[in-house]
Amino acid sequence: MRWRSALAVSFSAVILAAACAQSGTTTTSAAPAATSAAPSGPTALFKRGDGGQLNILYWQAPTILNPHQATGTKDSDASRLVIEPLASWGPDAKPVANGLAATIPTVANGGVSADFKTVTWTLKPGLKWSDGTPVTADDVVFTFQQIADPATASTTNDNTVGAKIAAKDASTVVVTYDSPNPNFYQWGVGTCCGILQKAQFAAFAGAKFKDAPGNLKPIGTGPYTVTDFKPGDVVTYAANPNFRDPNKPFFKTVQFKGGGDAESSARAVFQTGAVDYAWNLQVAANILQPMIASSTTGKMLSVYGSSVERILLNFADPNAAGDARGEPTTKHPFFNGPDGLTVRKALAMATDRSTVAKQLYGDGLTGKPGCNIITGVPDFESTATTSFCSTFDPVAAGKLLDDAGWKLGSDNVRAKGGIKLKILYQTTVNAVRQATQAIMKTNWEKAGFSVELKSVPAATFFTNTSPDGANHFWSDVEMFTNNSDPDPTSYLNGWTTAQIAQKSNNWQTGNYNRYSDPTFDGLIDQLRKETDPAKRADLIKKANDNLILNVVIIPIVTRTQVTSGISKTIKGDTPTGWDSEMYNIQDWYK
Amino acid sequence: MGRYILRRLLIAIPTIIVISFVVYAILALAPTDPLSAFGADPRVPPEVRANIRHQLGLDDPWPVRYVKWVSSLAEGDFGISFMSHSSVMDLIKQRLPNTLAVVGVAYVIGVLLAIPIGMISAVRRYSVFDHVATTFAFVGFSVPTFFTGILLIIVFAINLRWFPFIYDSTLVIDDVPSFLQQVKQSIMPITVLALFDTATIARYTRAEMLEHLPLDYVRTARSKGLKEQVVVLRHVLRNSLIPVVTLVALGVPTVFGGAIVTEQIFRVPGIGELLVTAIGNGDTPVVTAILLIFAVLVVLFNLIADVMYAVLDPRIKYA
Amino acid sequence: MAAPAAELTKGGVLAAKFTRPPRSLWTDAWWQFRRHRLAMVALGVLGALVVFTLVGPLVYHTPIDTIDFLQSLKGPSADHLLGTDDLGRDLLARVMFGGRISIAVGITAVLLAITLGTTIGALAGFFSRLDNPLMRVTDLFLSLPGLPLLLVIIYLFRDSLRATFGPELGIFIMIVGVIGILGWMPVARLVRAQFLSLKQKEFVEAARSIGARDRRIIVRHILPNVLSPVLVAATIGVGGAILTESTLSFLGLGFPPDVPTWGRILFDARNYLDIAPHWAIFPGLAIFLTVLSINFIGDGLRDALDPRKTN
Repeated sequence: MRWRSALAVSFSAVILAAACAQSGTTTTSAAPAATSAAPSGPTALFKRGDGGQLNILYWQAPTILNPHQATGTKDSDASRLVIEPLASWGPDAKPVANGLAATIPTVANGGVSADFKTVTWTLKPGLKWSDGTPVTADDVVFTFQQIADPATASTTNDNTVGAKIAAKDASTVVVTYDSPNPNFYQWGVGTCCGILQKAQFAAFAGAKFKDAPGNLKPIGTGPYTVTDFKPGDVVTYAANPNFRDPNKPFFKTVQFKGGGDAESSARAVFQTGAVDYAWNLQVAANILQPMIASSTTGKMLSVYGSSVERILLNFADPNAAGDARGEPTTKHPFFNGPDGLTVRKALAMATDRSTVAKQLYGDGLTGKPGCNIITGVPDFESTATTSFCSTFDPVAAGKLLDDAGWKLGSDNVRAKGGIKLKILYQTTVNAVRQATQAIMKTNWEKAGFSVELKSVPAATFFTNTSPDGANHFWSDVEMFTNNSDPDPTSYLNGWTTAQIAQKSNNWQTGNYNRYSDPTFDGLIDQLRKETDPAKRADLIKKANDNLILNVVIIPIVTRTQVTSGISKTIKGDTPTGWDSEMYNIQDWYK
Repeated sequence: MGRYILRRLLIAIPTIIVISFVVYAILALAPTDPLSAFGADPRVPPEVRANIRHQLGLDDPWPVRYVKWVSSLAEGDFGISFMSHSSVMDLIKQRLPNTLAVVGVAYVIGVLLAIPIGMISAVRRYSVFDHVATTFAFVGFSVPTFFTGILLIIVFAINLRWFPFIYDSTLVIDDVPSFLQQVKQSIMPITVLALFDTATIARYTRAEMLEHLPLDYVRTARSKGLKEQVVVLRHVLRNSLIPVVTLVALGVPTVFGGAIVTEQIFRVPGIGELLVTAIGNGDTPVVTAILLIFAVLVVLFNLIADVMYAVLDPRIKYA
Repeated sequence: MAAPAAELTKGGVLAAKFTRPPRSLWTDAWWQFRRHRLAMVALGVLGALVVFTLVGPLVYHTPIDTIDFLQSLKGPSADHLLGTDDLGRDLLARVMFGGRISIAVGITAVLLAITLGTTIGALAGFFSRLDNPLMRVTDLFLSLPGLPLLLVIIYLFRDSLRATFGPELGIFIMIVGVIGILGWMPVARLVRAQFLSLKQKEFVEAARSIGARDRRIIVRHILPNVLSPVLVAATIGVGGAILTESTLSFLGLGFPPDVPTWGRILFDARNYLDIAPHWAIFPGLAIFLTVLSINFIGDGLRDALDPRKTN
């Protein structure tokens, strides 16, 4: 398998090189260019429209094609075939210029000012929208302003906070941050920042944004145009005749279908070859492995990013009476009591992450044992948690508790001072998660905890209005997955005191644990201002260690960001764990 | 009879209004949320979520939203989906052909097969035919549809490679090959659904016919020298059809909102699948529109069933 | 006993010896039932299943939740008579344990639905003044969306039920209640249809003319004739209730995920049909046998209660 992907990587490198060489020299015409003028530069591997139809299958169907109104990955991925940002996040968590920008601005090349306050983006020359009109800096400025305008209720708004934009000339924009921003790619790179055509959306600026027909049939710069869109069902695309590279894309049409479940998507790509790309195969390893091993049609893409399946521990009391339930004014009876750290450590010691990773996630196929909450970027990977993480010993955990005075009762549950170690453990309805719960329960009960399992449908788990939800956290521990951008500042912010979710803010903020530690808050404050990369890395690792060694969260499995099946015949795909899976679809060919 | 129908139609209007109110209240109270798809993502902070909620009109308390909804209904506007911001009517119109082509066809086949099967089972009670039919019927409704669906996929799509198992709704049927393709891609979901429909209706038909076969008038008809076939078809069947009519009539609305699991498994983009996805996404305009149509169909078909009783059984008089 | 019977039959002495004391309706029904062979076999099968689920776990001590990945997905063997699931848990123990809940839920929920439905249907069919309002209520319930209604009921009642009855009984009551409340409508319509047609028959007129009150007419005269479609609904309903319970668990609205009801085991096994078919076959067979035997018992009951068949 590995040599195939190496081959794929080298092929795509050749293509990328070829594309970069050609983009400045070809002329595009309005007529459909199925066979365009011969490229000057290295010979292309293929020409536009050489291929037939590409079939993509997602088990959630796209419902809107405007990435700024997207409600999930399905929407941002489906729109990425048409709407592109200035640049994308590559597999190494660094930006790559396969979008509208000619090069990636850095401090070294002068694109980023020394005080980290201004970033200058220059567009590639000769860029056209799919309707033939030229792309200008006005389109970029317009897009930014719409996203930043609260009246449009854009879901990508957060990346515009603290930033402003201005057009320097027809093909250059300058993004200015209010204060020095070490995360200077905050706006412009990735799914947050697809550029819309001003002409198409101008009449729908502000509050009318959601009514724009461009939401369902956008005009973009990407390799494909939308021929037909049935929201919640299927999108049909055709190759964009005005795409900047005349030899791309390879496929004449694309069909992007949604619906069903992950297991049958896996069957479609591995067992029948009915589709070329099957997204997010969150399937138990013992179903996936035999399918992959015996498949003649498909192979598995397992690429790691920052996704971690983790268990959160509650620092507030989920059983407090009345309005105080789960409020930060209360303290959890045993996780936040006088020997709270001991109890939390015991729970972590009795957590068998390697069995979960091996049996359920295929020992690397879809996940590997996770020790850190910040992971995926080598510079930020802490090593201080390794030994803590590799200790799995429920008996020693029991002893730790015993020594602290938590004695086993007649019901085999440890208790001290009338408080029993009874845990309610909630997560979403999902076969792999339920199996994980079963494994955790067996081991935790060996250490003397008593565990009650609860599973909640995803739609009522991830909402701040539901008492069964992750935000309310009216249980003792809960489990789910989350991931972060290459720069983890806003992610880590989610554990600061200011972000504690409680009744007064309608449980909308991100600190579900109700964790409050001045040391941690201090680290994050520093992180927001620190511009030296080495010092930043150090702060990030310290923040990670604080959360892990204080057992605020117990990471179980680092999951693959890209867990998709792809046809063995497709080349040119170099998946990234930091951006959309469709980020380089213009390079795919057979 | 005419006056009865008129009266029923008049009562239907307040009935539907009350139903719509109860349904809306239930949906408002249910803890689903259009923003749940964002999960715990810190990149969509509370201010943005509040904005989105405001845009969707969710700031108003639900009785106010109900009134707004009813008044736009009066103008023929069924609302805009929260997820795709497209007109709900457009979404339903896109899905209707798929539902009819699969769930509707399955229902028709089910009824057409069930009545003769039930009849023969009753006439030849405990024969081989009856036992085989009974067993099939019980497989039909003791095994869940997700199970039969997956079983069929594994046997026919994966092992035998006879049929595709991903429904292509973009298929345009304008010649024989495309029609055959449509048959191939819909035969498995239709089988799954028809199995259940046939099973239930056949059992009721059989039971009711068994009630009637020993009755005096049958003996009379036979002793008059009528052929068995005539006796059964013209006399017994007609009288046995009353509960069957109930079931068939009650079942028609479920074509427009049932078959959720089957539609999901085979990826048939029908109205059932739209309904359940919308419920999960908290997409209230879509859910309320579909449920309203469903309620209208329920009321309408119950009326049709009641009228059919009177037609089939002259002794039934409505006061 | 002796004298009148001897006069009424030919071969009087012979007849005198063979007359029996008059029996009640139910003893009569039982005798009639016994003559229906399939029903008796079905009763035996159902009885065996009930014993299997009730007594089995007391005899067979293998726990239902021991995880052992080395034994994962193994077929039937000497150690595990029905095989194991993906976590290596013993299926025989799980099917036995889960059967209690599945059968109990199936039967109780259906009884609730049938009782509610028959009452409403009888009232609607017999009293024409009540027909309209009751049928409109039926329309309302038929239009209710199952899934959001479930979410609301659970959201509103789960905690209080859990507090009053304890976690297991509380959820049991909630699930039985939900299935019953959402399942009585077809029964009501069927019963009403029968009442509408039977109301006009001569035997009703006859009963009225001898002064029978409404309640008596409904219960003793018409209801026994309505049994047939109701029994069919019951048999179909039991299977449906068992499966609905599994759907509820799959949605996270039913029993906790580690409770191995038959429907839940089937649901967990659905993606392993080609790898480990035994996992699905056994709970599927259990549900199938339960539903089938209830069906034949229903057949027997119908024959037994059929007034035309007594000798």
